Amino acid sequence: MGLLSKKDTKLITDPLADNNPITIQVLGICSALAITAELEASIVMSIAVLFVLGVGNVVISLMRNIIPSKIRIIVQLIVVATLVIIVDLVLKAFAYELSKTLSVFVGLIITNCIIMGRFEAFALANGPWKSFLDGIGNSLGYAVILIIVGFFRELLGSGTLLGYQVLGDAIEKTGVYHYGYENNGFMLLAPMALITVGLIIWVQRSRNTELVED
Amino acid sequence: MEHLELFFKSIFIDNMVFATFLGMCSYLAVSKKVSTAVGLGAAVIFVMAITVPLNWLLDTYILQDGALAWLGEEYASYDLSFLSFIMFIATIATMVQLVEIVVEKFSPALYNSLGIFLPLIAVNCAILGGSLFMQSREIETLGLAFNYGISSGIGWFLAILAIAAIREKIRYSNVPPALRGLGITFIITGLMAIGFMSFGGMLTGGDEEEKKPEMIIEAINTQEKELANTIKGTK
Repeated sequence: MGLLSKKDTKLITDPLADNNPITIQVLGICSALAITAELEASIVMSIAVLFVLGVGNVVISLMRNIIPSKIRIIVQLIVVATLVIIVDLVLKAFAYELSKTLSVFVGLIITNCIIMGRFEAFALANGPWKSFLDGIGNSLGYAVILIIVGFFRELLGSGTLLGYQVLGDAIEKTGVYHYGYENNGFMLLAPMALITVGLIIWVQRSRNTELVED
Repeated sequence: MEHLELFFKSIFIDNMVFATFLGMCSYLAVSKKVSTAVGLGAAVIFVMAITVPLNWLLDTYILQDGALAWLGEEYASYDLSFLSFIMFIATIATMVQLVEIVVEKFSPALYNSLGIFLPLIAVNCAILGGSLFMQSREIETLGLAFNYGISSGIGWFLAILAIAAIREKIRYSNVPPALRGLGITFIITGLMAIGFMSFGGMLTGGDEEEKKPEMIIEAINTQEKELANTIKGTK
């Protein structure tokens, strides 16, 4: 552990559970809900946010002493928008189908509150290396929730994972379908994303009662 | 008729919160009391009514493929649409600051009620989402863009008003401790979204399939078809 001191490790591990950006800080909900019908889209979205938040945090942290505080929101938005354009163009070039599925939600990374929230709360007050770790930690925390939600919605909704039929063929009636199992198509629809996140929050807060709101 | 259809469609069928999950962060954070929810909702309607038509002008006369043709023939081949994210967000951020300054100058009363919410709005995804959907749905005229901005804003306003009212009431209910606050709000929003899904057939007259360019509605339709196929397959 020569590279990471104890404090640095905490920056990465804290957002994974007890200070999770989605379930505790309530940041970045919009994209977390909209694109989780498939596991693949959730993973790609997580990688995009990891890139934008990691690099953006470093850039803002390097500029923190020269940004006038009155126009800092505009400066932050421009930095994020530039990074998001890079992500968008890369996706369009190498994963065109996927970028169609994500549609406007790649653009909406710009206003993903997770990014502005971390810029305001951390990068403006800390050095580049710490900000980088904070960015990575928070986007991993975001990724964990996205992947859990995407996993359950794709598994229960269409019986597949990453496009592979893990439960057997629904029409040929192989695998578990042989025993009368049915896909729950409702899991693919928008409202179930909200309810799934609600259930994750329930599980997390029952395990750690300190997080319960009064 | 076209205007009326877009108006009701944006409020109920394509509701910002319940159909596309835009603006969820401020929707969850500012919905503890009805009075603050009304303030933020009004500010969203106001800013969307300004930024969507502005971004429509920007998109039609500068960013689209061949939009620069009015400058002369040699510009007709330019396609600047890759710049749309940065241009839209810059417009929104400057408009929000401008609106804040103007409102503060001319109507201090309105500023006192809306003022604190305006900085929050620059990073509300509903505002940028409105402009991006306006672009991807290819809305045709400036009038329709204005209509779309206002009606999406009203849809968002209705959503936050409803959840704020429910949250004020639910304080007296016996919710499991671990679900209190955020958890139950998520689940209620999910149930409300299921309710709003029933508006889906409003403009089509029931069974008749409607052809819409929107990805999300299309995705839901194909999912329903797949579901129907699997049901047929099992019979």
